Amino acid sequence: MFNLERWIEIYQSIRKNKLRAVLSGFTVSLGILLFIILFGLGEGLKNSYKDLFLHGANNVIFAYPGRTTKPFGGFKSNRRIEFDNSDIEEISRQFESKIEYINPRIDFGEIISYKLESYSFSISAVAPSHQYIENHVLMKGRYLNEKDIKEKSKIAVIGRLVARDIFKQEDPIGKFINIGSRAFKVVGVFQDSGGDVEESKIFMPYTTRQQILMGTDKIGNIALTFNPEIGASGAVKLSDDIKKFLKEKKSIDPTDPSGLFIRNVADEFERSMQFAGVLQIIVTFVGIGTLIAGIIGISNIMVFIVKERTKELGIRKALGASPSEIIKMIITESIFITSVSGIFGMVGGILLLNSVDTGLHEYFITRPGVNIGLAITATIVLIIFGVVAGYIPAKRAAQIKPIVALRDE
Amino acid sequence: MIEIKNLHKSYEMGATSLHVLKGINFSVKDGELVAIMGSSGSGKSTLLNILGMLDTSDAGTYDLDNIRIANMDETKAANYRNRFLGFVFQSFNLINYKDALENVSLPLYYQGLPRKDRHKIGLEYLDKVGLKEWADHLPSELSGGEKQRVAIARAMVAKPKVLLADEPTGALDSTTSREVMALIQRINNEGKTILVVTHEHDIANMCKRIVHLKDGIIVEDKKIKQDIIKDV
Repeated sequence: MFNLERWIEIYQSIRKNKLRAVLSGFTVSLGILLFIILFGLGEGLKNSYKDLFLHGANNVIFAYPGRTTKPFGGFKSNRRIEFDNSDIEEISRQFESKIEYINPRIDFGEIISYKLESYSFSISAVAPSHQYIENHVLMKGRYLNEKDIKEKSKIAVIGRLVARDIFKQEDPIGKFINIGSRAFKVVGVFQDSGGDVEESKIFMPYTTRQQILMGTDKIGNIALTFNPEIGASGAVKLSDDIKKFLKEKKSIDPTDPSGLFIRNVADEFERSMQFAGVLQIIVTFVGIGTLIAGIIGISNIMVFIVKERTKELGIRKALGASPSEIIKMIITESIFITSVSGIFGMVGGILLLNSVDTGLHEYFITRPGVNIGLAITATIVLIIFGVVAGYIPAKRAAQIKPIVALRDE
Repeated sequence: MIEIKNLHKSYEMGATSLHVLKGINFSVKDGELVAIMGSSGSGKSTLLNILGMLDTSDAGTYDLDNIRIANMDETKAANYRNRFLGFVFQSFNLINYKDALENVSLPLYYQGLPRKDRHKIGLEYLDKVGLKEWADHLPSELSGGEKQRVAIARAMVAKPKVLLADEPTGALDSTTSREVMALIQRINNEGKTILVVTHEHDIANMCKRIVHLKDGIIVEDKKIKQDIIKDV
């Protein structure tokens, strides 16, 4: 295939017929460029979905107490349900093999102050396992531990933005902040990939909070992560079982829709990812459509180019060009133009996607990007079709009798 | 050099068929300069195209330098055209994006000669037609006579056995025509066999033999006293 003399001949033909080369190259470049941009934007859309639903662990099941709407077991309706420490212990015991972490949580609001400034952040009282359920990454110090729970320590772990707002350049570790009227020692700073809201939170041991609330054993809600080995269907069954268990324990009518609520993140995540998947399929179709448009474009241009060159090909044949020589010349030229412009379009598309990196965030597009393998495959597909598109008219041109080709004007 | 016997050629024109050559018998010896004359439609260009292997015959035989030209595939025909035949056309048929030297060197490309050798030989032939200085000019920058001289250099560059010229002066004024014919006479005098298709008597008279075609048959074939051009 590699023949220096032919390449020189082709180089000359391209150099002297720039408009023709640019036109055909442009079609290919545009096809690949659009394909990559569309695909990248689709990927960005999917990333946004992932970020939205996947900032914590995605194997989480939440249980929230509600208010009954049906009388049951001697209780009247409209009874407020509350969870307490024994629920945590019993769920852990009952479903031990299926649960990784379980965490009680009490959300509340208090004024936070440091020195003379006061701040407002959301505060929750939790157990050490909260770190794993929320995927908190420690930046400084330590997280809550079992000793804190047992001793009901007055300590707090704060989010990155809390630390920035309250302490500015100061090192927060070991400093005391006031939560309500009590002083808490900051022991750790965490970050969370879930974004600003997640990093504007303060956490303390739940036992400490319970002690402040006059020794109550009530907790707000329960979060737990299940063992991923049980799979999606296992997770659905587990959340049903937990619901049944809690309803029984709290004497709630099994048919009552609002006595307590169970949220299975895995299930939700699955559904939203299905939606993102549908988006990806649509984008893929559009992308493939663009690619096909590019292929049709290059085919048309190749037909036109060969037609335009019929007379030149006739002259070449009269001077001794064999049919295979004619075909090789056209194909090599076609490969050259489609390759160069295909790579051009591919690199252009990738650069363009990289340049908009965060610029499209408000349009729900995050980290748009395209798999390099896919980009190269698409380019190669277009090049192959460019060759096929060149081959058909080239073969026809090569078979025309020289005298007929020479008569072409 | 050329030996044809009972050559027939028809063109299918839809339902009807046009019988263009109706049994041509004709031979050309080495070093001859033959004018093929006839009005339009007499079949003279068709004959030249068949001799040049640009077209095929329906019946009859054609021997070129004792080689039977029959049933050749296009690849072999291309090779023969390249090595045995040189063409000069009325409309020059130069490749418009190639300069004079590249046009002249093109037949050598199809012989697989390296670029350097091609250009060296090409330049020699451009010099022979007096256009060495114009080597890097595109056809669009040349006059009609210059274009035809480039075309003649291109036809000669592969040292063909026969030079075939189809109305070589058809697109030129009389002064330029004489220049081109002078060049053809000179090449002939160097020993090359040349066939010229023309419908102009004064051009035909510059050859050594005139073959007259009418309605697809040879009506006259005579040797003449050549009108030698001296004043160019």
